[in-house]
Amino acid sequence: MQYYLLNVMQPGWDELPAPEVLAEIGARLDAFHQELREAGAWVFAGGLHSPDSSTVLRPRDGDVLITDGPYAEGKEQLGGLCIVKAPDLDAALEWGRKAALATTLPIEVRPFQHESED
Amino acid sequence: MTVDVAAVFREEYGRAVAVLVRFLGDIDLAEEAVQDAFTTAVRSWPETGVPPSPAGWIITTARNRAIDRLRRESTRQARHAEAALLHAPDAPPEEGPVRDERLRLIFTCCHPALAPRAQVALTLRLLGGLTTTQIARAFLVSEPTMAGRLVRAKAKIRDARIPYRVPRDADLPDRLKGVLAVVYLIFNEGYGGTPELCAESLRLGRLLTELMPDEPEATGLLALMLLVESRRAARTDDSGELVPLSEQDPARWDRELVTEGQLLVRRCLRRNRPGPYQIQAAVQAVHSDAPTDWGQVLRLYDHLMAVAPSPVVALNRAVAVAETAGPARALALVDALDLDGYHVLHAVRADLLRRLGRDTEAVRAYERAAELTESTAERAYLERRRRSLSPHHGK
Repeated sequence: MQYYLLNVMQPGWDELPAPEVLAEIGARLDAFHQELREAGAWVFAGGLHSPDSSTVLRPRDGDVLITDGPYAEGKEQLGGLCIVKAPDLDAALEWGRKAALATTLPIEVRPFQHESED
Repeated sequence: MTVDVAAVFREEYGRAVAVLVRFLGDIDLAEEAVQDAFTTAVRSWPETGVPPSPAGWIITTARNRAIDRLRRESTRQARHAEAALLHAPDAPPEEGPVRDERLRLIFTCCHPALAPRAQVALTLRLLGGLTTTQIARAFLVSEPTMAGRLVRAKAKIRDARIPYRVPRDADLPDRLKGVLAVVYLIFNEGYGGTPELCAESLRLGRLLTELMPDEPEATGLLALMLLVESRRAARTDDSGELVPLSEQDPARWDRELVTEGQLLVRRCLRRNRPGPYQIQAAVQAVHSDAPTDWGQVLRLYDHLMAVAPSPVVALNRAVAVAETAGPARALALVDALDLDGYHVLHAVRADLLRRLGRDTEAVRAYERAAELTESTAERAYLERRRRSLSPHHGK
């Protein structure tokens, strides 16, 4: 088995959908996570606060510098992530497809470097 | 390489790599092992003669080479692969399962998670046995660029675990579409001037038809390519200038390819599951019965517009309209299309304007088409047509 990271790509944090739309997305995500658990594919999933809440630590001359804000300003930022266990990319893409439909957002699927133990 | 080994290489390289990939689970290892086996064949076959089953010999030898190679390594993964190899049957694999290996490998090479040009390069490399140099030359990129493209694609297959598998039935229509698109893209690259690519796409088309006899679109694509390829000799004159279909001498068409293509068109259309490749093949089959029955061509393009509409199909349909309802009606259709960067649009417009006696506009359209086309044969044709309209434009 292989671990895959599903990155939820969140464009435009300033223009979030209306609360009732967000509630629908939340309900679909709960169902998606439940499906992952039942299939034994679940590892972890969670949504993130906006990039405004982020803090970056940079190593400098043996010390570490703390700065406010995301590492890179981009049109699309990480909005949330999910880690799944899958036998191959086709299976991982199938989870990614469900995540894209649930969140209505683009999903990036990336393999981890190490295989899972089982 | 003696003639015999070269011939076996063309025929069997893809088969051998497909089987070894399955055994080893690693493309690079499989390619190295198969190349080792062919190197051995070049040395030993001139003395021993070509073995009764060259493919079986290559596969067995490649497997033994892979075992030797893996024994010299000691990583956990190598031991796993070695264990898998030692459990593999000794006899050359039977025809049935071997076919499936090649089909699996095609679907891996044409996986939608790979960039389209990586799909094309991988298919030519692994199934066709073309060298990186040959592929780079055919696609007009440098060898390091093409090598890098292949390395990245193979790494992605390994790291992301793109499976070696024929897709399940639910996904097959979509995935097959991707595979056929890759083969047709190779054919179209070859059409522009690399006959080796056309030959390779025909070989792949035959392989797909053989492996998936129940997929009429695979048969349709093969028929389409055969019928277009049948006119290769007639398509250019002695000076290398393009000869349009309407001016070609049917005696110069390859009758064998025409017959095979038309037979396949009839066979797949009988299944009554028409798709874009089958309909395009049917159009070519009509053209191959000169003089062209333009009414039938128009009906086929109407059908194609219904199942797979696109501006390019609409342009081809307009050409049929010109023959059945006159150039004025066709010009109105062409002028409504948003295809300004497509040289064929301007070539078609130029021809229609010329037939309508609007010479000044026709000259401008010929010039634009000649400017946009990448084919020197076509440019020569367009420039001669332009000169015939306006002597003072000529040089």
